[in-house]
Amino acid sequence: MTTYTRITRDGLWDNNVVFAQMLALCPTLAVTGSATNGLGMGLASTAVLVTSNVLISALRQFISAEVRIPVYVVFIATLVTLVDMILNAFAHDLYKVLGLFIALIVVNCAILGRAESFAAKNAVLPSAVDGLMMGLGFTFALVLIGGVREAMGSGTLFAQAHLLLGESFAFLETTLIPNYKGYLLMILPPGGFLVVGFLLAGKRVLDRRLAERAVGANLFAQHPSQTG
Amino acid sequence: MNLDSLRDKLGYQGALLASVVLISTAALALASKATGPAIAAAEARDLQQSLSQVLPGQYDNDLLQDTLVMPGPDGEVTVYRARRAGKVEAVVFQVVGKGYAGRIVCMMGVDKAGHLLGVRVIKHAETPGLGDKIEPAKADWIHAFVGKFLGDPAPEKFTVKKDGGVFDQFAGATITPRGVVKAVKGGLEFFGHEKSRLLDETGGKS
Repeated sequence: MTTYTRITRDGLWDNNVVFAQMLALCPTLAVTGSATNGLGMGLASTAVLVTSNVLISALRQFISAEVRIPVYVVFIATLVTLVDMILNAFAHDLYKVLGLFIALIVVNCAILGRAESFAAKNAVLPSAVDGLMMGLGFTFALVLIGGVREAMGSGTLFAQAHLLLGESFAFLETTLIPNYKGYLLMILPPGGFLVVGFLLAGKRVLDRRLAERAVGANLFAQHPSQTG
Repeated sequence: MNLDSLRDKLGYQGALLASVVLISTAALALASKATGPAIAAAEARDLQQSLSQVLPGQYDNDLLQDTLVMPGPDGEVTVYRARRAGKVEAVVFQVVGKGYAGRIVCMMGVDKAGHLLGVRVIKHAETPGLGDKIEPAKADWIHAFVGKFLGDPAPEKFTVKKDGGVFDQFAGATITPRGVVKAVKGGLEFFGHEKSRLLDETGGKS
């Protein structure tokens, strides 16, 4: 199924929420002080992305174009609040770690962006896959940024992961540099801007290399589709 | 299809918005009702847990019921009293410190002699990796308070080392531990002033 491959590639790389669409930068910069925080925010956003995409795509026949934005906003805010309440009630320990991020998902414009540019025009199944892939791409970006900032800022990787994923994931917690004094700039917001900037530049370079090679091999390099 | 012509009508759009909001509100109200008791129970469990962390030992009353609301060091404060055979052995209350990034809310347990039984930070927004060493999950720093009272160290020494006191600061973060120490000191002074009321020495059992 080429469409699903396309959706997957778009979500994970070509049209990545952070690295290509440049959306959701506010939560991205705010929570990526560590890889674990990035992972938590990514997974919570993915859950909301999939449900909001499914809901909006299922109701797309009934939503008229003139009032679609308020309808999407109400749906997304409701979903986020529901997730917040359910986690607080039935997974309280996880909620204590993720609670802060869940409220931040409301301001994640990537979710509204996918509702508008994909779910409103496509059937339920592709929309669900799109939500999942966009969410995983977002998670990948957050973990990458968080990992770089955490490694440079505090010399660890996935610290406190057991609080998020349970004791069985404690093996993820690694100390890269023992007795590291810490590099505060990386953990504070400026570090977020720096890391995002360098990673973006890196992706551009990589994409150009790949495109050149593809042209060299007499193939057309596919350009990432434009989205809002 | 009929729906296509209907979608452009103003009335349809109004009705659509209204029904979307109605359904969402209904879903939220239902969820709030369904999850309310579980959330309250989880929060009570959290409170019980943080109380037991700053209050080692066995007590024979229900702390969550035996409370006293009175003006404290940072506005109104709820004091939880732990009793053995009807006599108050220790009290637990909240103090608020000023950190690098806003309020640091601490829970502290004090025994009837005014000695600290324990301190826990329950809410803060300090810099991850630097100021968050006040959490017991990340460093042992907070345990340094156990057994301290105003006298050991002396009140003027009850501060971080940088200010001539006895408590460690963190490399790169002095404001955070300074805020916590100051809040705890304020709490001990509050205990000193209100001792008879807190320990229920004046009146009968509640």
